[in-house]
Amino acid sequence: MTTHVPGDALVSLNGVNKHYGQLHVLKDINLQVKKGEVVVVIGPSGSGKSTLCRAINRLETIEGGTISIDGKVLPEEGKELARLRADVGMVFQSFNLFAHKTILENVTLGLIKVRGTPKAQAEKEAMALLERVGVGAQARKLPAQLSGGQQQRVAIARALAMKPKVMLFDDPTSALDPEMINEVLDVMVQLAKEGMTMVVVTHEMGFARKAADRVVFMADGQIVEDAKPEEFFTNPQSNRAKDFLSKLLTH
Amino acid sequence: MNTLLNNSDLFVTGFRNTLILFFFSAIFALILGTIVASLRVSPVPAMRAAATSYVNIVRNTPLTLVLFFFALGYPKLGLVPIDFTTAAIIGLSLYTATYVAEAVRSGINTVPVGQAEAARAIGLPFTQTLTLVILPQAFRAVIPPMFSVFIALLKNTTVAAGFSVFEAGAIRANLSERGEPALTGLLWVALVFIILVFMLSVLQRKLEQKWKVTR
Repeated sequence: MTTHVPGDALVSLNGVNKHYGQLHVLKDINLQVKKGEVVVVIGPSGSGKSTLCRAINRLETIEGGTISIDGKVLPEEGKELARLRADVGMVFQSFNLFAHKTILENVTLGLIKVRGTPKAQAEKEAMALLERVGVGAQARKLPAQLSGGQQQRVAIARALAMKPKVMLFDDPTSALDPEMINEVLDVMVQLAKEGMTMVVVTHEMGFARKAADRVVFMADGQIVEDAKPEEFFTNPQSNRAKDFLSKLLTH
Repeated sequence: MNTLLNNSDLFVTGFRNTLILFFFSAIFALILGTIVASLRVSPVPAMRAAATSYVNIVRNTPLTLVLFFFALGYPKLGLVPIDFTTAAIIGLSLYTATYVAEAVRSGINTVPVGQAEAARAIGLPFTQTLTLVILPQAFRAVIPPMFSVFIALLKNTTVAAGFSVFEAGAIRANLSERGEPALTGLLWVALVFIILVFMLSVLQRKLEQKWKVTR
């Protein structure tokens, strides 16, 4: 199952294609993410960036090409895939905390059931993570009792609990009220500083400037530009990117 | 009142057997129905097809015929012999499980797809995603229809009276033999059923309050 991956890429997409019926959402995507790298994916809505992010842990299946993580090609459904997913943290747009479980249980579930960590140890680790993202005091509450920003920080803690090799963020702030966006971005910036490998789909250009090593610009299912943030924001090469950025900057 | 007091032996035995039929059938139907509902949402097409055919075939068959089969047809197959009570429990369980399965399935459909995605994203395989994340939320969403199914089961146990199982539905016939007025007997049986169903409704309300899922 293992194939050679060029360079030391932790996440590697080669010639990835996907259709939704007639719509070609991912067109021949090639993307390598090195260990410790923070790649921010931006682009107009419908450009396929969210699909790309979800394909990396096979929440979306692909029709052509390969995706590999740490040298292993993503397996088909089954135990193998589940094991690989445990090493890939995912943060969703709509948080998706388990509604019937407390905040603490949300974070310990994977540790106990997937990693086989003893309950006491799992709770200790989970509490430390919840403190780190600033929601330690909410540990015994249910998700619905927390604000959106708090829920999203719990979701980050839940993903971190698995000690993932890479973290995927699928537009993590777009469902949040403006005053809560920063508390989530702060946690993400901190993670980036600590050397976490991250793929972040977002509309937050501030985050891209501050924390990204590379900005990937997508339009119509293709990667149009792939550059350092400084380069991309000051000197975009393509008309699509220029157009996209000009629309952002007018407000 | 005399009808009840003078024949308390009939009432006690009858309703005891009704409750036995009900409890065992309810437990088996709950287990089997949950498994069938899980199969209907499984990623394996063959499992989905098997579960769907089971629901469609058994649910579309009148209960009387299902019980007829187990009471009269099954012994002729020359398999392990079973008594009428066991036969009635099997028939009632298989029949009720189809309704349980549909209630559970509708519950599964109320759980947002993001819940399953989050479970898969932390590395839970299909079975654990279902048992740890989806089903607990699905059950909470379907307590009212689930209890309707069990109330129907409680009353359906009387059909077994037609197949030599002495339960509440057979009380009236025995009362008639003892020369008691048939209508009075029927009314008493009905009253006890109303009380039993009322108890189920109280339990339903308790569970609804306890297991509220806030989103």
